[in-house]
Amino acid sequence: MDYRNTLTTCTYCGCGCNLFLESLDGKLTHTTPCKTSPVNEGKLCIKGWNVHQFVQSEKRLKQPLLRKDGKLTEVSWDEALDFTALKLKKIKEANGADSVGFFASAKVTNEENYLMQKFARAAIGTNSVDHCARL
Amino acid sequence: MIDIVRQKINELLSDGSVKGVVALATANGHVTPCLFQKDDNLNTLCLGDTKKPGDARYPLNKVLITIARQYPNDVFGVLVRGCDERGLYTLYRLNQLEPDKVVTIGIACSEELAKACECKKPYPDELVAGEKIKGITQQGVQDMEDMDLSKRFSFWKDQFLKCVKCYGCRDICPMCFCRECSLECDDLISKGELPVDIPVFHLTRAMHMADRCIDCGLCDETCPSDIPLRLLYKKTSKIMNAEFGFTSGINKNEQSPLSLMGPASGK
Repeated sequence: MDYRNTLTTCTYCGCGCNLFLESLDGKLTHTTPCKTSPVNEGKLCIKGWNVHQFVQSEKRLKQPLLRKDGKLTEVSWDEALDFTALKLKKIKEANGADSVGFFASAKVTNEENYLMQKFARAAIGTNSVDHCARL
Repeated sequence: MIDIVRQKINELLSDGSVKGVVALATANGHVTPCLFQKDDNLNTLCLGDTKKPGDARYPLNKVLITIARQYPNDVFGVLVRGCDERGLYTLYRLNQLEPDKVVTIGIACSEELAKACECKKPYPDELVAGEKIKGITQQGVQDMEDMDLSKRFSFWKDQFLKCVKCYGCRDICPMCFCRECSLECDDLISKGELPVDIPVFHLTRAMHMADRCIDCGLCDETCPSDIPLRLLYKKTSKIMNAEFGFTSGINKNEQSPLSLMGPASGK
């Protein structure tokens, strides 16, 4: 029997509410707001309360999709990354670095967002970086 | 007090009378609900008091239901205050837990906490640690009833208007175990829309709490809009008591008048 409450930070917005993800035998069962957190003091919004649900959602993408002959098809990570890298290169060569924009996400970590803007600025050479909360 | 509780948990786990004990622990500098099993380190145990007594209480009965549904044949221990024990009695009555599968480790609340909760019975029947203190006479409902009717009406309307419909009152509630919830019924509630349906949303919940609410106050504590939900449920409980002489969770084997309704006898 493996019952745990894992302290973590809500992935939805930038407030950073602390919550416990409750799991039993490896399966998420519930979300509980952390009362001793100075950020949210035991409170959450409706998205935070249900944050455990999307993790195990049947609708969640498990593999990259590539549009082939007009149809989204599951492909390997290698194929998806090769395709993306090639396309980005081609677009940059044809239209310049500022023809590419990067959208980061509030649902990933600060460090991942850092890598995203670093890639945009250093590898592609554009300052066109934005995030999903402004979409 | 905590040493006595720790010793009791240790006894229960060592002699194998329970498979695990649902309680609170300190981890990463925070209080967290947890399940202690045999050979676990009990030094992390805590009773949910941080800056103020009982300010880090969690719905441990809800945790117990989750585990018991998965492991129906095992016996579990659970740390209980007066309100939690009332909750267990109610959950037994509603067939959500089996009394012979639960061992309680009862602790009494301090006077400060009892006063803050206006708690009628701030200790469990089966007490393991702490001193019993007298129940507090409730004043909040009376103060509200003394308010002029039109003022009272606008008071509650203003309170309900603050609702952001997070459903936190339901999600934290140890008495809310239904798989299908009326608050998500399209015929009653407009889902995904604000402002909330006034007063249907809050009164639907209050009706459902009438013979269930054990006055633990976790709903009040989790409401991001500071709506005095507990006061609302104290009122429905008061009506239950005045009309039927029934208070949820006070007597272990008492059936709720609302569960007893059925075909008239003799038919």
